Amino acid sequence: MKRIVLACLLVLLASGCEREARRFTTPANNETAAESAQRLGTLQPAVPLAGGVRQAKANVSPYEENAFSVNQGKRLYRWYNCNGCHGNGGGGIGPALMDSQWKYGSDPASIFATITQGRPQGMPSFGGHIPDDQVWQIVAYVRSMSGQLRKDVAPSRGDSLYPGNPENARPKETPQPDKSQPSRPPGAPS
Amino acid sequence: MTRMLERALYIAALALAVLCVTSLAQYAMAATPIPQAPHDALHAMGPQAGHIVDLWRVMLWTCSLVFGAILAALLFAILRAPRADATAAPDLSAVDRAEPRVRRSVASAAVASALLLFALALASVFTDRALARLSLAGAVNIEVTAHQWWWSARYLDGGHADTFVTANEIHIPVGRPVNLQLKADDVIHSLWVPSLAGKKDLIPGRSASMQFRADTPGPYRGQCAEFCGFQHALMGLLVVADPPAQYEAWVQAQRTPPAPPTGAKAIRGQQLFQSTSCAMCHAIGGTIASAQHAPDLTHLASRSTLAAGTLANTPAQLAAWIADPQKHKPGVNMPSTPISRDDLDALVAYLETLK
Repeated sequence: MKRIVLACLLVLLASGCEREARRFTTPANNETAAESAQRLGTLQPAVPLAGGVRQAKANVSPYEENAFSVNQGKRLYRWYNCNGCHGNGGGGIGPALMDSQWKYGSDPASIFATITQGRPQGMPSFGGHIPDDQVWQIVAYVRSMSGQLRKDVAPSRGDSLYPGNPENARPKETPQPDKSQPSRPPGAPS
Repeated sequence: MTRMLERALYIAALALAVLCVTSLAQYAMAATPIPQAPHDALHAMGPQAGHIVDLWRVMLWTCSLVFGAILAALLFAILRAPRADATAAPDLSAVDRAEPRVRRSVASAAVASALLLFALALASVFTDRALARLSLAGAVNIEVTAHQWWWSARYLDGGHADTFVTANEIHIPVGRPVNLQLKADDVIHSLWVPSLAGKKDLIPGRSASMQFRADTPGPYRGQCAEFCGFQHALMGLLVVADPPAQYEAWVQAQRTPPAPPTGAKAIRGQQLFQSTSCAMCHAIGGTIASAQHAPDLTHLASRSTLAAGTLANTPAQLAAWIADPQKHKPGVNMPSTPISRDDLDALVAYLETLK
């Protein structure tokens, strides 16, 4: 009996390890092979690429259970200057990401599409400029900003000066469409 | 019999452990692409490292002499101790006997220890003072920033237009003092170029400084000396001490942006570099690539190593590194980018033009 309980505990411990797993190799990407989606943002970083961008195959972020990858997403959010427009999630030139209002959808596939395709009125199209698995890490981090991830996966206190609560101490917002804006651009995935 | 066997086994295990450690160390030395660069605190190549090695010698000899004296005293005590049979009653007559000789020896040993420790402390203080006294007249000023897991260096001398940035390889003039301003970007690192100077920690949010001078031309290996994450061991820095004229020529070359690529393949490589993920993190002077999150590649082809002393800088190694950085340095912040063989060749052809 004792052995069975011990084995169960070990299995539970092992299943909990995904939170801490460090992935050094790029895992299978969750997006279509063809660059079928068109770029909707007029801006692109550095020298623009021709052609379209890939779409998400399934509406699941591969990184939402992995605290290490979510924190990598937080680093990349700063590196790729997302905070240049969205601030630390409170918005600025771009919309806030830590509240409940979502113009273009709050599910992983929609955020992936927003980053890769770009959006009208200033959101650049990053598809092809940021490797797809890094986009998924940023997607996971963006969702952690409004409390959509498990508390033990979302980042805690960051390195920068920020007076608010860290991501893992924020209340979970219930996403709703931003009614003041046209809902979805033509061609965006549903 | 069994006791002898046990002892023999113990000695064999010890010998095996020593063999393993030495062969591992040899393997690690052979694995670095620049084995000819001295990385040895006992062979000082400048005044700062010289002061440190002098102090090390004073400490080593003093402590060895004291250690030898203690062992000799112990041996003497063991040899002259009266042998008694286990069954004989202990001789307790010594308990009440006055022992002026023993008291005198213990007291003089305590005084000698205190004096020697004080002498070592004095030697340490004088070494510190000597290190701080290096004249900084005509010094070269360089700001070195540690990142996970590479070094960036900004040469601060001259006007704003004269400053330039390089990574993982710094050149210094022989015979002139060097003043490093040390910063850290993410976690605590430590800079150690053992042949030239002691260690100094680089702490995020603070700036430290370090001064040294190289008296002999040649390459010197440096290393991060504070555990800083997955690839702490592969965070090397090459310090190249050049004769003054050669150093000035190097500085002029670094200040000049590389010529634009001419061949069709290299031009295609440049387009790829600027339109895909490379330009999101790397900078190349004279082009629109100006991100500061990864090593500056302006004069990449003139450096002798890749990825902070991980690989030798050859076209084949460069291609292997771009194709899969995680294979050579697992955990490094550079992602593996899916890229076709043709595109990779074009990219390498472009990077090879950055002399």
